[in-house]
Amino acid sequence: MPEVRVRKSVTVVEEIFHEGGPAPAVPLRRAAALAVIQNPFADSYVADITGFMDGLKPLGLEMANALVRALGGDPRVVEGYGKGAIVGAAGEIEHGALWHVPGGYAMREILGGAKAIVASSKKVGGPGARLDIPITHINASYVRSHFDSMEVGVADGPRADEMLLALVMTTGARVHARVGGLKASEIKGEDGLR
Amino acid sequence: MTATGKAKIRKLVTFVEETRSEMGRAIEPPTRRAAAVAVIENPCAGKFVEDLSELMNIGEELGGLLTERAVAALGISGTSVESYGKAAAVGENGEIEHAAAILHPKLGAPVRKALGKGAALIPSSKKRGGLGVALDIPLGHKDAAFVRSHFDGMEVRINDAPRANEIMVAVAVTDSGRPLARVGGLKKEEIKGEDGLR
Repeated sequence: MPEVRVRKSVTVVEEIFHEGGPAPAVPLRRAAALAVIQNPFADSYVADITGFMDGLKPLGLEMANALVRALGGDPRVVEGYGKGAIVGAAGEIEHGALWHVPGGYAMREILGGAKAIVASSKKVGGPGARLDIPITHINASYVRSHFDSMEVGVADGPRADEMLLALVMTTGARVHARVGGLKASEIKGEDGLR
Repeated sequence: MTATGKAKIRKLVTFVEETRSEMGRAIEPPTRRAAAVAVIENPCAGKFVEDLSELMNIGEELGGLLTERAVAALGISGTSVESYGKAAAVGENGEIEHAAAILHPKLGAPVRKALGKGAALIPSSKKRGGLGVALDIPLGHKDAAFVRSHFDGMEVRINDAPRANEIMVAVAVTDSGRPLARVGGLKKEEIKGEDGLR
């Protein structure tokens, strides 16, 4: 299995006080952990790539832990999550799909068995490419107040033979959420959806 | 206009970058830098305001707040900071002079107070732009501007800022110079630290 080589890690924390409306008592926080790593499959077609998913597990846990630390250290404050990948020009979109398992399960593990599927996006792009990471509630995908997204990117990555991997966590609903739908207080928490 | 200058902050964002390798060479210890950015209402947007003292006072307030946030994000003491920089991006209904009013008269003193020292000029950049504009914060050694290993820059951007009536204000700090710096010049071990230059 190829080694995971991290060139650069980036942490971004947004604290949102308001967006023109009444400021909530507790500001919304969104955090992203990004890692720019070597793409071991760049420049050629490799049929069997699945082994690299296991290789990425420690990095997933490191990034999920970094997010919890960036949000104050208590995993119970995390209400939303998402993940994504940008594959450099010498790779294929399928390489980005390697992140689904190690990225998603790392967050679920750190957050105590979160039930909802981790929303994701991925693309092939150059240095400075921006990616909109979709965000949903960690226990019930249909909670409308927690549908959100966070734009991430790194000025000098991913280079052609690199991948940018991203995890995102948030502490609550959109800052002025008011379009109805399933509420966080109404979650049954059985199927990860409602 | 009153000159009280209390910043109306919509959003605070911190960025931490850690470079662990470059061109296949390990960086030990990794170079780290952090930027804290405030998105604030521009009280002078949409009209010509002669007296910009309100913005100057906002600069003073943000100099302390943003430096504290950036240093905390690195998890080091203020005195361990090696280089610094500042920048502002004004939304489309403001003037470049608004950025100057925030950055230059009063922002620096609280930055230096938070870092213990800071004999060197704080390098700066400013621009006017729309949502998601990239802001390149210049970086230089905090005690001697000529330290060549610490000339650097950090790009930050926030996809939803600055709106037309807003200003983005940024302070960046580092615990190191460039990764694999090797173009000579004054070294940090050679700093005299008297004039802010060498």
